Amino acid sequence: MLIKIAKPSDLHESDVTPESIYLSRRRFMGGIAGLGAGLALSGHVRANADYSDVPEGDAPAWLKEKISETQWRAITPSDPDKDKIAPFDDASGYNNFFEFGTDKGDPARHAGSLETQPWSVVIDGEVNNGGRFALEDFAKPSQFEERIYRLRCVEAWSMVIPWLGIPLADIIKRADPTSKAKYVRFETLVDPEQMRGQRSSFSIIDWPYVEGLRLDEAMHPLTILAMGMYGRELPNQNGAPLRLVVPWKYGFKSIKSIVRISLTEEQPVNSWQKIAADEYGFYANVNPNVDHPRWSQATERRLPNSLFNPNTIDTLMFNGYADEVAELYAGMDLKENY
Amino acid sequence: MASPRIWLAWRVGVFLTALAPLLFWSWQVANGAAGPEPGRYLLLNIGIGGLWMLLLTLSLTPLTKLTRWKGFALIRRQLGLWTLAYAILHMLSYALFILGLNWALLGSEIVKRPYIIVGMIALIGLAVLGATSNRWAMKRLGKRWKPLHKFSYAILGLVLLHFFWVVRADMQEWAMYAAIAALIMSTRLPPVARTLPKLRHRLSRT
Repeated sequence: MLIKIAKPSDLHESDVTPESIYLSRRRFMGGIAGLGAGLALSGHVRANADYSDVPEGDAPAWLKEKISETQWRAITPSDPDKDKIAPFDDASGYNNFFEFGTDKGDPARHAGSLETQPWSVVIDGEVNNGGRFALEDFAKPSQFEERIYRLRCVEAWSMVIPWLGIPLADIIKRADPTSKAKYVRFETLVDPEQMRGQRSSFSIIDWPYVEGLRLDEAMHPLTILAMGMYGRELPNQNGAPLRLVVPWKYGFKSIKSIVRISLTEEQPVNSWQKIAADEYGFYANVNPNVDHPRWSQATERRLPNSLFNPNTIDTLMFNGYADEVAELYAGMDLKENY
Repeated sequence: MASPRIWLAWRVGVFLTALAPLLFWSWQVANGAAGPEPGRYLLLNIGIGGLWMLLLTLSLTPLTKLTRWKGFALIRRQLGLWTLAYAILHMLSYALFILGLNWALLGSEIVKRPYIIVGMIALIGLAVLGATSNRWAMKRLGKRWKPLHKFSYAILGLVLLHFFWVVRADMQEWAMYAAIAALIMSTRLPPVARTLPKLRHRLSRT
């Protein structure tokens, strides 16, 4: 169990919803879309009702049970007025998951072919307790938490998404890293039969998709492995059944459909760095002061937007999580280490 | 020989067909069927639509040579102007829906992003060709009109370069358009251009 230090993004007693507001479900739903401010629920109240409009998935029984025991609203945005949760249809219909095609709608169209049950994850490299684990056994010892995070894509758009998952630190601690472990490397499934994007002979990604974190980044309490969102399991197009979520980094760091987690001594070369090292670095921290060579990162379009209001907002350092994570990079030149 | 009325119907039909995608995308946006970023949806679709228009325009001359059908030549100016219209709408989508008319941002974007500059040059080229596509300009330019309008070949190159620079991960779609463009341009090579009428004779005999 982690010792929790209150962070600005944590909930306070004052956030607890008065009963009258909680009981008025219609207004509550409106609140999610409109003024989530005073409406955030306290951690242990079951929040599935918030997602009554979200289509039910096809989660295995163990996952349903884990989700029902979730610590709801464990982390919420400090300003829910500004950071409104995106509609489920947008979060699950507008994705970059090149294993299923390059159009934003391709993953939703084609990810149905992904078989997520059963699923196993290999933990290897510089660990004492490695091996291949059934996802169920992998997830069971940890408490699910709901984390409402901003997701900032490197393409300069963003959404606010309520994830369900477990701290990556739990998994790493259980794996018991050796003293040599300095980085964590993640790998996505390779299966051209199920993933049509991997069949394209014009793809410039060398499958599998690979991502990496420094060990201290991986151990940071904000870093989670998500298995659900919007009160249900992950839709395939969002990286089912297991994906990384690192909210202060560009979205491409948050690798999807993970099959392998390796602790390494050497810094892994992540896929986008391999493709275009001048455009995508290893760190990929959200940083308004370091532009992508082909577009500005100073602002972002918060989605959903509308035709005549691109909903452009200023991008915040570390995607607004600077208070929590800036210390990880103390003394580092973030222009060099982009 | 077909009557003038049929040619008019053909041209109106082409006009409506070229207009239809724009109406369809607008309808999708109006009905929330264009995803969470409708402006970008329009931007990308209109951009690809403009490339289609350009490719179709440039395929009319070889098609005429191949078939001698008068209808292709009759819609050349129209499709050329449609290319310009799509290009202008593509640029306006960018300015309105992506930049949100934040001109200060435009200044810094243009300097940093070569594909925007390339797109702008292509647009200016199309505008020059559009402005000189009327009868009056054709008369004024005389013999120079044809070489001037051969700049459309260069514009096709610029458009493909503009598209190439935007692609992030998978070249398949771009490669498809580039291949079509290469095929159309190859018909301008003198040996191929000479073969087309012969090919027509052979086709008409069978």
